[in-house]
Amino acid sequence: MDFGSTFFYKYRRFIKALKIYLILAGPGIIVMLADNDAGGITTYAVTGAKFGYGLIWFLLLLLPVAYIVQEMTVRLGAVTKRGHAEAIFDAFGSFWGWFSFLDLALVNWLTLITEFIGMTAALSIFHIPPVITIILVSIIMMLMVLQGRYWTWEKIAILFAALNLIYIPAAFLVHPSVGEVLSVGLVPHFPGGFNGTLFFFLMANIGTTIAPWMIFFQQSAVVDKGMREKDIPWGQMDTLIGSAFTVIVAIFVVVVTGTVLFGSEIESAAQAASIMMGINPWLGTFIAIGLFDAGFLGAICISLASSWAFGEVFGWAHSLNLKIREAPWFYACYLFALVTAGIVVLLPNAPLVLITLFVQVIAVTLLPAALVFLILLLNNEEIMGKYKNTTLQNIMGSAIVIGIIILSTLYGITTLFPNLLV
Amino acid sequence: MTIGTVAGGRMMMVVHGWLEKIRDINRKYATPRITMSRTVKFVLLMLRLYLIVLVILLGYKFWTMLQ
Repeated sequence: MDFGSTFFYKYRRFIKALKIYLILAGPGIIVMLADNDAGGITTYAVTGAKFGYGLIWFLLLLLPVAYIVQEMTVRLGAVTKRGHAEAIFDAFGSFWGWFSFLDLALVNWLTLITEFIGMTAALSIFHIPPVITIILVSIIMMLMVLQGRYWTWEKIAILFAALNLIYIPAAFLVHPSVGEVLSVGLVPHFPGGFNGTLFFFLMANIGTTIAPWMIFFQQSAVVDKGMREKDIPWGQMDTLIGSAFTVIVAIFVVVVTGTVLFGSEIESAAQAASIMMGINPWLGTFIAIGLFDAGFLGAICISLASSWAFGEVFGWAHSLNLKIREAPWFYACYLFALVTAGIVVLLPNAPLVLITLFVQVIAVTLLPAALVFLILLLNNEEIMGKYKNTTLQNIMGSAIVIGIIILSTLYGITTLFPNLLV
Repeated sequence: MTIGTVAGGRMMMVVHGWLEKIRDINRKYATPRITMSRTVKFVLLMLRLYLIVLVILLGYKFWTMLQ
């Protein structure tokens, strides 16, 4: 075969593989970019303002962490054709099933409130009143699910996920010194020495990388998409690309705030956007749009994760491929979560700061259980067959799970008792 | 029969229906499918202890907030 024929053959193979990937891509990219939700963006923004580029190397370490955990949900979903909530009920009985399900419902609802807080704060920079934001967002979110096809929902969600990349052009607007970003950011070190504050930020960044809803969401999305065992490699690639994107976005947020706000005491991404609006309106606009999009992405995934879990546990029809009359309870759960979370945000004197802190603590009660169940399920040959974890996957998975459990627990405890690390 | 009595009756039926559904779920998942090996039992015990400690900490925080 001559060079031209070989090139054409390889080109055709690549195009074919790309087409298959584009059909099967979705859950991994969406869940990973939604991982950079309003809370996540705030964590990265504050990290950049506090430590400059000093913790970029640490964010890079989070790529394999996110991938290894989420990849397991792809295999579990594709093999069992069940969401995580149903899988826990089935494998571990009703006690652990109810515990996980009720904890998930609570933590998801509270997280949804924090996403609404992020979205309203972002749009208030453009003088849009919170009530308008919440009504508009709720309408868009309902329209996204009511069109009756998982595929359509997924592609719209990917468009919103792509908007998460707005932090990349934002970073170019602030003209960071690339040499400094690389020399300071990529060399592992603890800026200012290892102390309580730094440890808190490391824990916060890990805490925002893996959230309980992500495990439930991706597994249910894999099932609703109809992925089968043969699609697992594509799902793995989707998750890997998503993990890379989530870390890239996190790094660019840190670069933006590390360049413009280094040394400033900021408390949220919305505050960062407000300050940047005064420095460069384009920059402030980009950051605010990014924050709104982050909250929106988080909200669409979290509310769906809850609705899927309700459907799985109660045996209701639960698929985005079904019309509202075919799965009324599924859509009712979705609407209920949206409306009640929106109302809480609009309530005058609602304890929103307390809710934001409470989310982290409640998430800590669910995350270890969800991760431990994931590892146990992935090791069960009867359930997983030849797709069960290999020894290497178990070593890496268990090490990561133990690390996440320890750090997220410490994070939760220091949130409860802030003076512990000082 | 008053409207209140009718509404109350319907409410009771709904609650009863939900309780029955929960009992069904408990019956369906009464026996864990996973083999309860020594490792699984140990891990679940650790998880229980972990959750008990967290609940105690949450309770303590709540109590100190009330003080």
